[in-house]
Amino acid sequence: MKKKRRTMLYIPGNNPAMLQQGGVYGADSLLLDLEDAVAINQKDAARILVRNILKEIDFYDAEICVRVNHIDTPFGMKDLEEIVPLQPDAIRFPKTETPEELGRLIEIIEHIEDKHGLPHDKMTLHVMIETALGVQNVFDIAKLSKRVDAITIGGQDLTADMNITNNRDGSGIDLARKMIVMAAKANKIDAIDTVFVDINDDEGLRKEAEYSKNIGFTGKAVINPRQIDIIHEVYQPTQEEIRKAYKIIRAFKKNKEAGIGVFSVDGKMVDAPVMARAAYVLELAEIDFDSI
Amino acid sequence: MEIIKKAQAGSFESSDILILIEPLDKKTGRKIEIDSTVMKEYGDSIKKLINNCLDTYQVQNIHLIAKDKGALDLTISARLETALKRASQQ
Repeated sequence: MKKKRRTMLYIPGNNPAMLQQGGVYGADSLLLDLEDAVAINQKDAARILVRNILKEIDFYDAEICVRVNHIDTPFGMKDLEEIVPLQPDAIRFPKTETPEELGRLIEIIEHIEDKHGLPHDKMTLHVMIETALGVQNVFDIAKLSKRVDAITIGGQDLTADMNITNNRDGSGIDLARKMIVMAAKANKIDAIDTVFVDINDDEGLRKEAEYSKNIGFTGKAVINPRQIDIIHEVYQPTQEEIRKAYKIIRAFKKNKEAGIGVFSVDGKMVDAPVMARAAYVLELAEIDFDSI
Repeated sequence: MEIIKKAQAGSFESSDILILIEPLDKKTGRKIEIDSTVMKEYGDSIKKLINNCLDTYQVQNIHLIAKDKGALDLTISARLETALKRASQQ
């Protein structure tokens, strides 16, 4: 079943109160952050704290992702050495600019996994595109490895790299957003939109989330738990989408019992991708597949 | 592990613990001072955890001050480990 990633909540890696409560905020995914949310002189403290948190805290159904520091910083390798053996659901890798760089990261991760007798196909990678060079290379980055199952845009760093103002309407990074979505769709992986920094502007957040969804993002990073419900509402399937998905799953179950493999609904053939889409819609709507 | 200088880790925020350490002369032993918002309920277990961590790192002659604001054991261990590593670096 495709993972829900409507919301990915950043939690500062040096904040024990927020880390230990991560599971109750209701986000689909938690991003335990060792990078931008942690001061330079606290990188060691955050790394050790997040390591202990991963070992002991139950985050219930949330996907757990750790954003490490870039491997070209003094902190990145140490982060990977501590975190990779614990195999969170995913590692988020910041400021990825070239497929060669991503390839190097994957080699390092696999070397650590080999050292600990771990498989190479359990933990996935989320790649952050935060520079113009990264945007230019995003298609080659996205297709490099099956371990990459999400691409995300880092809007703040991208506007800084482009030396432009981060406008409310997002016009400066609109092309980047669309290129990232296209690269993600071409490789059938998730595209996660950047954060909305004004935590007091609910209407602005809703408008931006609606735009993100319309252009193809499958979810959005958030910096405050208050933002979660709004984004979940935006990504809630419509009644029509739910009705259609329900029909498809019911037809699937009925035909399966009768031993019929190929069938149609409303005159359209139902194949594996259609089934997967229907199952995902029901999951977003929080309807139990087994109850149909 | 040899502690060669003063160091600290953590904070006095809720659910955290601030740990300050400094080396003492050989054979002085451990001097541990704990102040906690849940001293009555958890003072003894915090002291036991700290001593167990110091045993793990084979640290003996140390002055340790812990100011706890309701940290979980995993946070206490993390902050102590961080402080010890900082105190052992040149």
